[in-house]
Amino acid sequence: MSLTIIYTIVTLCAIGTFAAVILYFVAQKFKVYEDPRIDKVESALPGANCGGCGHAGCRAFAEDCVKKNDLAGLFCPVGGNDCMARVAGILGLEVVAQAPKVAVVRCNGTCEHRPRVNKFDGASSCAIASSLYSGESGCQYGCLGMGDCVEACKFDAIHINPETGLPEVDDEKCVACGACVSACPKNLIELRKKAPKDRKIYVSCRNTDKGGIARKACTVACIGCGKCQKECNFDAITIASNLAFIDADKCKLCRKCVAVCPTGAILEFNFPPRKIKSEEPADIAGKVTSKPAAPENKTNSSEN
Amino acid sequence: MVKTFKTGGVHPAGNKISAGKAIEELPLPKTVNIPVAQHIGAPAAPVVAKGDKVKTGQVIARSSGFVSANIHSSASGTVVKIENIYDSSGYPKTGIVIAVEGDEWLETIDRSTALKADFDLDSKAITDKIMEAGIVGLGGATFPTHVKLMPPPGMKAEVLIINGVECEPYLTADHRLMLEKGAEIVVGARLLMKALNVEKAVIGVENNKPDAIKNLQEIIKDDNRISVMPLHVKYPQGGEKQLIKAVTGREVPSGALPIAVGAVVSNVGTVFAVYEAVQKNKPLFERVVTVTGKSLSNPSNFKVRIGTAIGELIEAAGGLPEDTGKIISGGPMMGKAVATTEVAVTKGTSGILIMKEDESHRRPMENCIRCARCVSVCPMGLEPFFLMTVSEKQLWDKAEENRIMDCIECGSCSFTCPANRPLLDYIRLGKSKVGALIRSRKK
Repeated sequence: MSLTIIYTIVTLCAIGTFAAVILYFVAQKFKVYEDPRIDKVESALPGANCGGCGHAGCRAFAEDCVKKNDLAGLFCPVGGNDCMARVAGILGLEVVAQAPKVAVVRCNGTCEHRPRVNKFDGASSCAIASSLYSGESGCQYGCLGMGDCVEACKFDAIHINPETGLPEVDDEKCVACGACVSACPKNLIELRKKAPKDRKIYVSCRNTDKGGIARKACTVACIGCGKCQKECNFDAITIASNLAFIDADKCKLCRKCVAVCPTGAILEFNFPPRKIKSEEPADIAGKVTSKPAAPENKTNSSEN
Repeated sequence: MVKTFKTGGVHPAGNKISAGKAIEELPLPKTVNIPVAQHIGAPAAPVVAKGDKVKTGQVIARSSGFVSANIHSSASGTVVKIENIYDSSGYPKTGIVIAVEGDEWLETIDRSTALKADFDLDSKAITDKIMEAGIVGLGGATFPTHVKLMPPPGMKAEVLIINGVECEPYLTADHRLMLEKGAEIVVGARLLMKALNVEKAVIGVENNKPDAIKNLQEIIKDDNRISVMPLHVKYPQGGEKQLIKAVTGREVPSGALPIAVGAVVSNVGTVFAVYEAVQKNKPLFERVVTVTGKSLSNPSNFKVRIGTAIGELIEAAGGLPEDTGKIISGGPMMGKAVATTEVAVTKGTSGILIMKEDESHRRPMENCIRCARCVSVCPMGLEPFFLMTVSEKQLWDKAEENRIMDCIECGSCSFTCPANRPLLDYIRLGKSKVGALIRSRKK
């Protein structure tokens, strides 16, 4: 009886040792060398796998960082500069700090500003609707409001405001990964450089039609009149095909363009109330606050 | 036994309410808006300028590539502007707007209605005339006809199939043409046979149009090269590949053109236009359009000049009923809802369908229960539920592997789905994405 147990143990041990030896040699033979730094870099990354860096995921980004041995052109928008500094530390490389960005939606065509002329009854997807026709309003450039951007966002940073029917970006949560930018079939979302105190001034319109046509479709459309361009002292505003664009790198946030815009297409956010009271701002401020973005704006409108 | 295609198919209610109405000529509109892209392929390039006087039938935009077609003025008058006009999708496309001042036709066009049956032209001359007249497939796909008549090297057409199926519910334009212009259609078929150098032509007609079948059989009884084939009623039999399968029993391989199995298919409307172009020198500037709908007081078949606003057609058919929910350009299965009645009739407009408010809504979507009804009705043998899922999840490579590009967008899957899923919407999206990927790979 006891002998049987001993034989069993000995046999099993022998098989085990034999298998271990084989496994050892096989492992040696088929060993794949992987740079241990890849794991380290990966652990320094946020692990969101959002694809905002242009790679398939955080692992692929880490592999690319190690393989290229140069961080030029590689940036993790979620982790930002801190994260890239850590990655640079692990790899012993230099990294240039990049200005943080935030997504802005360049359409202010609420139901009030942009009357709906028909009703879409198909599958609830902006991509499908835009491939079928120009949209529910007369403006073919405007937001369709079916939330492809909301679906694309992995950070819960963009939501459709049920009152306006337009998406709004939560500046705190937005990491500027660009998922919504590529999800929007109308190319309405833009990544803009973050200014101090989250202040923003941008042309909230993408309509390139002639002024009259644009205005007919939407009361807050940019009509390409060029008043803002004349007013700007910093050459930050360019007008191409009836549409103004404010270059965030050149803009000094003086707000002069906001005051002169005849349609209220230029929006300002997170600014303190204006000190000097002019004739026009009342109207403009009213339009600005139709997007409940920041408490400052509310005070702004109440003052005016 | 009456023939049909084997794979899939559905039986929507026919609703051919305008079948008994003879084709009426619609009075000239005040202006015509003629888009330069009315066909598959490159848009035509305008050859007139603002302020020019044009005559009916004059070329106003020239074909700008191999797969492209000429566009002709559909009335005489002055070119008001050449700029963006809105098409049925609501997106602006270049169009030529002509203020109509009369109806002075080019002198070369023979305006008599007498049948001209004999011709003494060779294959090349016929094809050239068709090309000059800007004829495209009038069944709805608007593929330039002259391209079909020039098969790629190494391929030879064996049979010409004339598509008189008109499987879309409601539409009756082709039905009326076969009844009223049967003799002309047969001459057109002979012209196409000559152009293609084939000895056999088959006119496929579904047997819900017995009068049309009888009429055509009467006309061709002395010609043993042309035959009329009655077909079992089943949608989408008017699809090119389905019709070839029904008539010849041959299956067009995935991704191939009908010429690969020796067939060339042309719609009866196209064949009639071919007759007019070759025998009467008349370019394609008018077509028959069915204006129909259950709520419409006078559903009709109109002969309409290209560029007429669809609103005028609806007016002529009794005006837009109050409870209208949708206006569809085309038939109920494959047609497209339009946003305004200002949209112009183009070469591809086969019908205008008015849907009542209560008919026009989609029922709420539910979860897929894997009943596979969409699979059993798909005439191309695809798996629509799976293609919808991969399109939703943006797995374009999977969609391509599962032959999404073979989809003919007939809508049988969406029509039959008991859970009211928007299958075709997603498949169309997938098709456009996969198509773009394939094109980018070729570059």
